[in-house]
Amino acid sequence: MNLAFHGFADDGKARLPGSLHVNRRLSRWLAFHPDGTATIRPGKVELGQGILTTLAQIAAEELGLPLPAIRIAPTVTGESPDEAVTSGSLSVQECGMALRHACADARALFMSVAAQSSGVPHEALRVEGGRFLAPDGAEISSYAALSDRDLLDAEASPDASPIPASARRVAGTSAPRLDLPPKLRGEPRFIHDMRLPGMLHARMIRPPRPDARLVTAPDFALREGDFLAVVAATEAEAARAAERATRLARWEGGTPLPADWTRWLEETPGERSTVAEHGEAKDGTSVLRRVFWRPFLAHGSVGTCCAVALWEAGALRVWSHSQGPYNLRTDLAKALHLPPEAVVVEHREGAGCYGHNGADDVALDAALCARAHPGRPVRALWTRAEELASAPLSPAMRVAVEVHRDDGGRITSWRSEARGNGHSGRPGRAKDPALLSAPLLPRAAPMPVSINPPLAGGGGVQRNLVPIYRVPHMKAEMVRLTEMPIRSSALRGLGALANVWAIESVMDELSEGDPVGFRLRHLDDPRAATVLLEAVDMSGFEERHKLPEGDGMGIALARYKNTGAWCAAVAHIRAEETLRCLSLHLACDMGEVINPDGALNQLEGGAIHGTSIALKEEARFDEERILSTSWDAYPVLRFSEVPRVMVKLITRPEEPPLGAGEPSVAPTIAAIANAVHQALGIRPTRMPFTPENLAKESD
Amino acid sequence: MDHHGTHHGGVRMGFTLNGRPVEHQGGVTLLEALRGDFALSGPRFGCGEERCGACHVLLDGESVPSCALPVEAAEGREVVTIEGLTPQRLQEAFEAEQAGQCGFCLSGILVSAAALLRRNPDPDEAAIRAALEPHLCRCGAHNRILRAVRRAAA
Ligand code: FES
Ligand code: FES
Repeated sequence: MNLAFHGFADDGKARLPGSLHVNRRLSRWLAFHPDGTATIRPGKVELGQGILTTLAQIAAEELGLPLPAIRIAPTVTGESPDEAVTSGSLSVQECGMALRHACADARALFMSVAAQSSGVPHEALRVEGGRFLAPDGAEISSYAALSDRDLLDAEASPDASPIPASARRVAGTSAPRLDLPPKLRGEPRFIHDMRLPGMLHARMIRPPRPDARLVTAPDFALREGDFLAVVAATEAEAARAAERATRLARWEGGTPLPADWTRWLEETPGERSTVAEHGEAKDGTSVLRRVFWRPFLAHGSVGTCCAVALWEAGALRVWSHSQGPYNLRTDLAKALHLPPEAVVVEHREGAGCYGHNGADDVALDAALCARAHPGRPVRALWTRAEELASAPLSPAMRVAVEVHRDDGGRITSWRSEARGNGHSGRPGRAKDPALLSAPLLPRAAPMPVSINPPLAGGGGVQRNLVPIYRVPHMKAEMVRLTEMPIRSSALRGLGALANVWAIESVMDELSEGDPVGFRLRHLDDPRAATVLLEAVDMSGFEERHKLPEGDGMGIALARYKNTGAWCAAVAHIRAEETLRCLSLHLACDMGEVINPDGALNQLEGGAIHGTSIALKEEARFDEERILSTSWDAYPVLRFSEVPRVMVKLITRPEEPPLGAGEPSVAPTIAAIANAVHQALGIRPTRMPFTPENLAKESD
Repeated sequence: MDHHGTHHGGVRMGFTLNGRPVEHQGGVTLLEALRGDFALSGPRFGCGEERCGACHVLLDGESVPSCALPVEAAEGREVVTIEGLTPQRLQEAFEAEQAGQCGFCLSGILVSAAALLRRNPDPDEAAIRAALEPHLCRCGAHNRILRAVRRAAA
C-alpha cells in the first residue's frame, strides 16, 4: 500500500529514499530551535506501535543530538509531508529512511556553513550534542546558533551520506518508548482527552443495514438525509439522548446481510484475475485439494473511535486518529463539498489501530455535527457496538489449494485461488468518499466497493497467496467480489492471514511427518531457512513426540507480503474443552532493526492477535444486522488465555529495515492450525478453531 | 483542584477523589463524572458495559469498573484513579518492562494491579492473570504486563 500502492512514476528526478522522493523540501521534515532542540515532522503517525520513538532515534543519530532534544510535531495537513497512509509495516522504510536522509543532509548543510564561516575545513569538524566542534574541541557553531537561517529551505540532495551501519549508536538500541510515561500516569494524551472551550458532544444513531433508509427521526436529533446524530453539552447527556433517539428512529429497506456467508462467498459473482503464474501446468500422479474458510473479523480496539471537529467561517478543522490525514482530508472535502484547502486534519493518538478502522469515519461524523454548530468544537465518540460493527470488517475469505505430486512425492504443480471482497476501502483513493456516513447524505454516491491493490503494492486478498516454496508450476488466482453487503477493508495482515494458513497447512500435510525437512527442501531463500531453523531450535519442536496426549506443536513460516520480514512460528497448544495456546516461539528477520525492544513488542503483540483470531474471533450477523456488537458477542483473548511468547530477532544492520507490526500474525495462526493436527489428528479448515468448527472437520 | 460536579442545584453527594473531598450532583455514571465533571483522563471509556476494564478505578481499595456504576454508589467512599496511584512502583515497573503499546488499556490495568498487590504482596503469575482477567489489551502486551506486575511486587 502507501507509496508502493501509488507507485513511483518515473518523474525524472534523482531518486531519494522513502517519501522524501515526493516531499523533497528539508523544511517539510525538520526544524531547529534556538534552545538546541530540533523538531521532526513525520507524515506517518503513532498507532500505538511506537513509531515516533523509532523515528526520533533515527533523527537523533543523524543529527548528533541527544534523543530528548528531538521534538515530534503531530502530522497536520498542509504542513507535514504527505506520506499517504501509515500501514503495511512500511513506516520505517518510507518515513524512517526519508528522515535518515533528510537529517544527514541537514547535518552536512549546517556543518558546511559552520566550516565556511570559521575557516575550519568541513571534514575536520565533528558534531556533538548539536554543537560543531573543531579538532581541538572548540565550539565553532551549532544547530541552535544557525537556527534562524533559512538553511532548510532547500531540496534534499541525493548525495547526503547517512552514518554507516557500523558507526550507528542510537539506531539499533532499545530506547524506551517516549509516550509510555505520560500514558502510565493518566495524562491527557489521547484524542479522547481533548477538552476545548465550549466543546459539545455527539453520538450517532446507525441504520441496522448499512444502506437502510431513515423513515422517522426524533425532532431533537440532528438529521441530514439518513445521517442521524445527537449533540449535547456533556457526554452523559449525549449518551442518554442517543439511547432515546435509537428507540424512536425507524429504518427500512437496505441490502440483506449474507447470513450464510460461506454460500454467499461461493455464489456471489466476482472479478477473476491471475495473481502470478510460472512454469508449465503438469498434473501429477497424486493430488491434494483443500479449501479453507475464514470469517469476517473486527478490529476491536479497546478504545472506541473519536474525533473533534470545529467549523468556523466555512472552514473545517478536524483532530483525528486517522492513519492517513491527507487522504482523510480529500474525502472530507468531497463529502462536505469543500475545497481541500478549507479542511485541515491534525493527527491525535487514538487507541491501538490494527488497520482501516473507523477513525476516518468518525471524523466525518464529527464534521457533520460541527457544521450544525458553527464556532463550537464538537467531539464525536463511537459506542462499543459501532466500534465492532460499523467500522469496516476484514472480509471473509475462501482459499482453495490444489497440489499435484509425482511418484517421488515431489510437488509438480501448485494452484490456488483466494476469493472474497477487496481488502482496501480506505479514504482518499476512490472517486467517491469512502467514509461511513458519506453515502447517507442527500444525493450522495454509494460506498465504493473495496478493491485489492496490486501485489507490487502488497496486494489485498492475494497477499501471500504465492508460496515462497520452489514449485515447478504455480498458478495463483483471485476473485474479488463486486458486491459488498458488509463493508470490508484492511486489517493487520490482510489476505495473508488466510493465505499463509492455507499454504502452511497444505505444506504440513504434504510433509508426511517431516515438516521442517520438507519445507527446507522446497526453499531457495537462506533467510527463510534461517528463521525456520531458529524457531525449531528455540522451541524444542523436534521433541514434540514427547508431549502428553492432547497437546500438540505446529510450525509455520512466511515472508510477509513475500517482500517484507521473515517469520517462523512454533505453537504449543492443549486441547481441553476448548483449545488453549500455551506458548509461541517466533524467529524473525526484519533486516536492520532501529529499536529491537520495540520490534519485539510489536511481534509479540502480533502473535497474540493471531492467537486470538485463530481461536476465537468471528463477526456474526443475520440478514438484518451485525450481531457481534459487544465483547460478549465478539470475544477476544483474555489474560487467562494468553500464551507465553518468546521472540528471537535476527538482526542484520546492513540490510534494509522491514516492518514489525504484521509479520508474526499469519505464521502464528498457521502454527496453531498445524499444532491442532498433532493434538487432535485433524487439520482445521474453518477459522476460528472453536469446538463447533473443529467438530465439522471430517478427516 | 477543588472539584465540583457542574450540575444544576439540588442535593449534592460527596466522596473522596484521589485523596481530596469532592461533591457531585449525581445522575450520571462514575466514569462520566470522573471524565466529564472532574476532567480526569486516566479512567477511559472502552465499552460502557463492564467488559473491557478500561474504566477501572479503586473504590475503597477494590478495583471496579466505573462505566456503569452510578456516581451515587461512591457516596462517602474513597475513589482512586490512575492519577492518584502513589507511590509510583507500578508505573516504574511498567516502564522498566516497556509494558504497553498504545497504552489505552494501561490505566485500568494498573489500578487492578494495585488492588492485587495490596491484598497479595507476592502474587504468582496465575494470581496476576486472574486479577487482570477483566482487562482487555488488544495490542497484545500481556506478557510484558505480567512481568511488570511481578517486578512491582518484587
Ligand atoms: S468501559 Fe468500563 S469496562 Fe469497558
Ligand atoms: S497497549 Fe493497546 S490495548 Fe493494551
